[in-house]
Amino acid sequence: MSQDEEVLGRAYDGRLMRRLLGYLKPYRGQVVVAAVFVLLDSLVQLAGPYLTKEAIDNGIRHRDLAHLDLVALLYLTMLAVGLGVGYLNNQIIQRVGQHVMLDLRVALFRQLQRLPVSFYDRTPIGRLMTRVTNDVDALNELATAGVIAIFGDLFTVVGIVFAMFRLNAELLVVTFSVLPLILIVSLTFRLRVRRSFRDIRTRLARMNAFLNENLTGMGTVQLLNREARNYEEFRQVNAQHRDSNLEAVFYHAVFFPVLELVGALAVSLIVWYGGRQVMWTGITLGTLVAFIQYTQRFFRPISDLSEKYNVLQQAMASSERIFDLLDMPVEAEPAPALAPATGNGRAAREGAATGRDEGRIEFRNVWFAYQDDNWVLQDVSFDIAPGERVALVGATGSGKTTLTSLLLRFYDVRRGEIRVDGRPLEAWPRGALRERIGLVLQDPFLFSGTIESNLRLGDPRRTHEALERAAREVGAHEFIERLPGGYGAEVRERGATLSAGQRQLLAFARTLAREPRLLVLDEATSSVDTRTELLIQAALRRLMEGRTCLVIAHRLSTIQDVDRIVVLHHGRVREVGTHAELLALGGIYARLYQLQVLGNRHGDGAPAARDRAPDAAVLRAASGPGPGSSPVVDSPARLV
Amino acid sequence: MIARYRRGLAWGIACVVLTDLIALTQPQVLRFAVDDLYRGVTSEKLGRYAVILFAIAVVSGLFKFWMRLTVIGISRHLEYDLRNELFAHLQHLPLRYFQRARTGEIMSRATNDLSAVRMMLGPGLMYLVNTVVVALVSIGFMLAISPRLTLLSLLPLPLVSLAVWVFGERIHRRFEEIQAHFATLSARVQENLAGVRVVRAFAREAGELEDFRALNREYLAKNLALISTSGFLNPGLAFLSGVAALLALYLGGRQVIAGHITLGEFVAFTTYLAMLNWPMVALGWVINLFQRGMASYRRILDILDQPAAEPEFGSGSWAERRTSARAEVRERIGIEFRDLTFTYPGANRPALRSVSFTVPAGRTVAIVGRTGAGKSTLLALLPRLFEPPPGTVFLDGRDVRTWSLEELRRHIGMAPQDPFLFSATVAENIAYGVEHAEPAAIERVTAIAGLDGDVRAFPAGYGTRVGERGITLSGGQKQRATIARAVLRDAPVLLLDDCLSSVDTHTEETILRGLRGEMARRTTLIISHRVSTVRDADEIVVLDEGAVAERGTHAGLLAHDGLYAALVRQQQLEEELEAS
Repeated sequence: MSQDEEVLGRAYDGRLMRRLLGYLKPYRGQVVVAAVFVLLDSLVQLAGPYLTKEAIDNGIRHRDLAHLDLVALLYLTMLAVGLGVGYLNNQIIQRVGQHVMLDLRVALFRQLQRLPVSFYDRTPIGRLMTRVTNDVDALNELATAGVIAIFGDLFTVVGIVFAMFRLNAELLVVTFSVLPLILIVSLTFRLRVRRSFRDIRTRLARMNAFLNENLTGMGTVQLLNREARNYEEFRQVNAQHRDSNLEAVFYHAVFFPVLELVGALAVSLIVWYGGRQVMWTGITLGTLVAFIQYTQRFFRPISDLSEKYNVLQQAMASSERIFDLLDMPVEAEPAPALAPATGNGRAAREGAATGRDEGRIEFRNVWFAYQDDNWVLQDVSFDIAPGERVALVGATGSGKTTLTSLLLRFYDVRRGEIRVDGRPLEAWPRGALRERIGLVLQDPFLFSGTIESNLRLGDPRRTHEALERAAREVGAHEFIERLPGGYGAEVRERGATLSAGQRQLLAFARTLAREPRLLVLDEATSSVDTRTELLIQAALRRLMEGRTCLVIAHRLSTIQDVDRIVVLHHGRVREVGTHAELLALGGIYARLYQLQVLGNRHGDGAPAARDRAPDAAVLRAASGPGPGSSPVVDSPARLV
Repeated sequence: MIARYRRGLAWGIACVVLTDLIALTQPQVLRFAVDDLYRGVTSEKLGRYAVILFAIAVVSGLFKFWMRLTVIGISRHLEYDLRNELFAHLQHLPLRYFQRARTGEIMSRATNDLSAVRMMLGPGLMYLVNTVVVALVSIGFMLAISPRLTLLSLLPLPLVSLAVWVFGERIHRRFEEIQAHFATLSARVQENLAGVRVVRAFAREAGELEDFRALNREYLAKNLALISTSGFLNPGLAFLSGVAALLALYLGGRQVIAGHITLGEFVAFTTYLAMLNWPMVALGWVINLFQRGMASYRRILDILDQPAAEPEFGSGSWAERRTSARAEVRERIGIEFRDLTFTYPGANRPALRSVSFTVPAGRTVAIVGRTGAGKSTLLALLPRLFEPPPGTVFLDGRDVRTWSLEELRRHIGMAPQDPFLFSATVAENIAYGVEHAEPAAIERVTAIAGLDGDVRAFPAGYGTRVGERGITLSGGQKQRATIARAVLRDAPVLLLDDCLSSVDTHTEETILRGLRGEMARRTTLIISHRVSTVRDADEIVVLDEGAVAERGTHAGLLAHDGLYAALVRQQQLEEELEAS
């Protein structure tokens, strides 16, 4: 948790509160019922001491057995009602709270699905997780333990004062003379304990961070003989944590007895002053007992108030952060007039153009930088005709992946333009554009769920038969059938239980099932056995059939199959041509190819490693300065 | 461990007993006061009763203060001791353990489980004694007032304990289920956010939302299940204690009417009954605390019972070890691998096969080979990050297994493959492996590692914090920081495990120039993928599939025209490509 998350502001903010209350709207009826029950519950609480007084004064003192029976019966009824009302009241409040939490969480999640991809480049996932989980829970506290309970407490307190006033106003004044004491004690305690709780939280966080870091870096610690010193450091953060806890223990040890002492003072006053009145003005013993009981019930909510205050403060801070996220601007979509598939004249005109351009991709003088002027792509121009297959070749950091991100409109180009089907990207609704383009990633990201849910990807229009057909065509059907549960087999997070080859085939199948007009293929580099390799090659051929293809190529075989090769180097298009033409040119591509052949000649490793040499060279070459100087990936082909 | 606090605990428990005993006299005072009221009493006497009541509250409150301070305080001290012990033990465990165990789980032992143990030893113990004392004394007084009334009105109270115990356990279980589901929910969000591009590329947003909603509904259902259980507890308890009070009121009232007991005795009786209420609730709670505490303690013992990497050194305080283990460091020592075959625990194929070679004192040997060839394993065996078989790895002619770990590692400066920096300042990170480092020495090694320019550009220079609350270093900067760290150790053996992979060729040249002087004074083993790094080594060892494939100098291996020669040609081509 970063430091700014610790900052607490006001405990009450009208604007935030109104917005929060808005979430209660769908549950208005239940909230009203709960409010009624809260009042009922308070009334029941008030009845106990009064009935005790009745029993003592009119039953026992007057030796009236029948009256005692009656009071006892009333008392029992009241207890039963209290049980029922208390339970129902609690249920309603908690349920509404939980439902509101669900609504908020879903609203947040929906917002996260609509924020631009660039947002995720600058925001750590951990912080977003905190919004969806911890901050929502802080509001839960408010809903369940806070707001309504405060109203209940308030009502109880007022009711008690009223009851005591009716019993004996003079005695009430005497008893309440201790009230300032209660307030002083509670407030002092609240201030101190809040500070020490804040200490405890930060010190606990520090201790856990230290522990976590040491566990993760234990190898380094042991290697550098740091055990003794780290033990010493740990002992210190541990001691700090203990000491701030001991401070809190001290405050609690003082607070509770002092509070009880004030209570005892009130009781003593009642006994002394009330006792005298019993003798002189004839107030009853029952009144005294009821008074004592009321006093005890009065103090609890008062001393609880400080805790409620904390909950409120926490909830305000959390809701502010949640609303900030909800208010972030989401990706803009084109105005409906520009979108395809509308019935007006303009769309019809464009429809005519689509006939000629369907399946065409055009990059026109595309410039792009993630930040400032660190250009990742510079003046990139090339066309892919409908049905044409084009391979992109180049080093890591040469801009290949960025180009596909632009095509899918994860980012917008800085200069120039990209057209799909003859229409500029800005004119496409993102969903429609992405439906049109099939993307196969290098490391196919599978979701936790089943095989079928991964093939379907949330599209209910696709039947099981269609999915199975796609799986058969790419040769994934066989292995799926062999899995326990077949198409219903469980897929764990990121497809951890499947082999690299299986994941690849599933990715092909899910793309094929969508029948995209355009295909963007980021080929796999992970090693698979020869048989799977053959399967994948066959599947690829099937997948590329009749589609416009943009292939980020790593494999020799695919490169030779394509119609044209575009060589990207440091963000610029350097060479364009067929395999034979580029070899004859003797430029960058020729050298890449040579490297690969060299790698193969000495390669005695896994068969699958053979076809991957260009990428290895590519990775190696990329480690120079420039935007792509990511840590070099260790590839087997680098040393064969 | 508890032995140290025996006296404190005895005092704390004495306080519990005293505060209870004193507080339990209060109903007796009320009894006399009430009875006097009806027999006629002076205002003065009434005042005296009030003063006595208040005095009882003062003295009882004083002991209550000491009780909490002592018992709860000691539980915090115990927690502290136990956590220290746990940490010390964890540091003694072999690296193998940390590869197997999940950090999150160990963290949970050191936090949640320790808390549970503390709750058992603190509030658990305190309320247990409290319950016993209050129950014994007040039931005694109540019996003295009226045995029949006592038996009847006490009937609902065991139910209170039972309800808290049973419901408490069930609530706890449901709560843990909710926590587990919450973890699933979080994992789901994490997965969605991590795969945001795939979600968008496949226009899967709606489906993801639906999945998330379904998980949330399940979470809601689990919460509602908890609510329907837990919501019953508090009203239920209020009801049960209310019934007890009612019984006392009703039955007691009848006894008063029948003249069996006085009104004062009646008031005292109901007060005792009220005082019994909380201890009965506490009893059920205490049972839960003990159940959870014991389960947690067993889980902690699981870690404490793990054998340390060096059993013979595992005991004794850190202070003792620090002073005793200050033997001198030998100057120039050699390394030898003798027919070393090594298989990782649990693996079925050896990572290293019959590896034999020596690095004479003061020489530099480079190791090349593809990923998985066993290079890093070889280096990790020297400082015994993993235990080599006996008689295979020698330092200074002595089997590394006969060295104490402390002494062995003091002779080695190692820059590992994946650099690990701590959330501390740059200077602290570089000086991580030495007791006291002069700023000048730190600056010198930083310059050798080619990091000085970078550090000067940091906002606070060497005092800049890195990690979570500070700046993030690039991969290359981290690597160079670990090189500086290894050099600063000034150990006779230097191990560099592919620690220049993330820096560009130009920087690499600079670092190598600086390192050369350091390497001349040391025995060095260096792993690299770059020809430029290994070319000048006294000997180059090519590992392939765990075995030595080629050995020789740069020139010799080029002439041999094998794996190494192929590597050299490949890299020449790459350089040309980069230049184009």
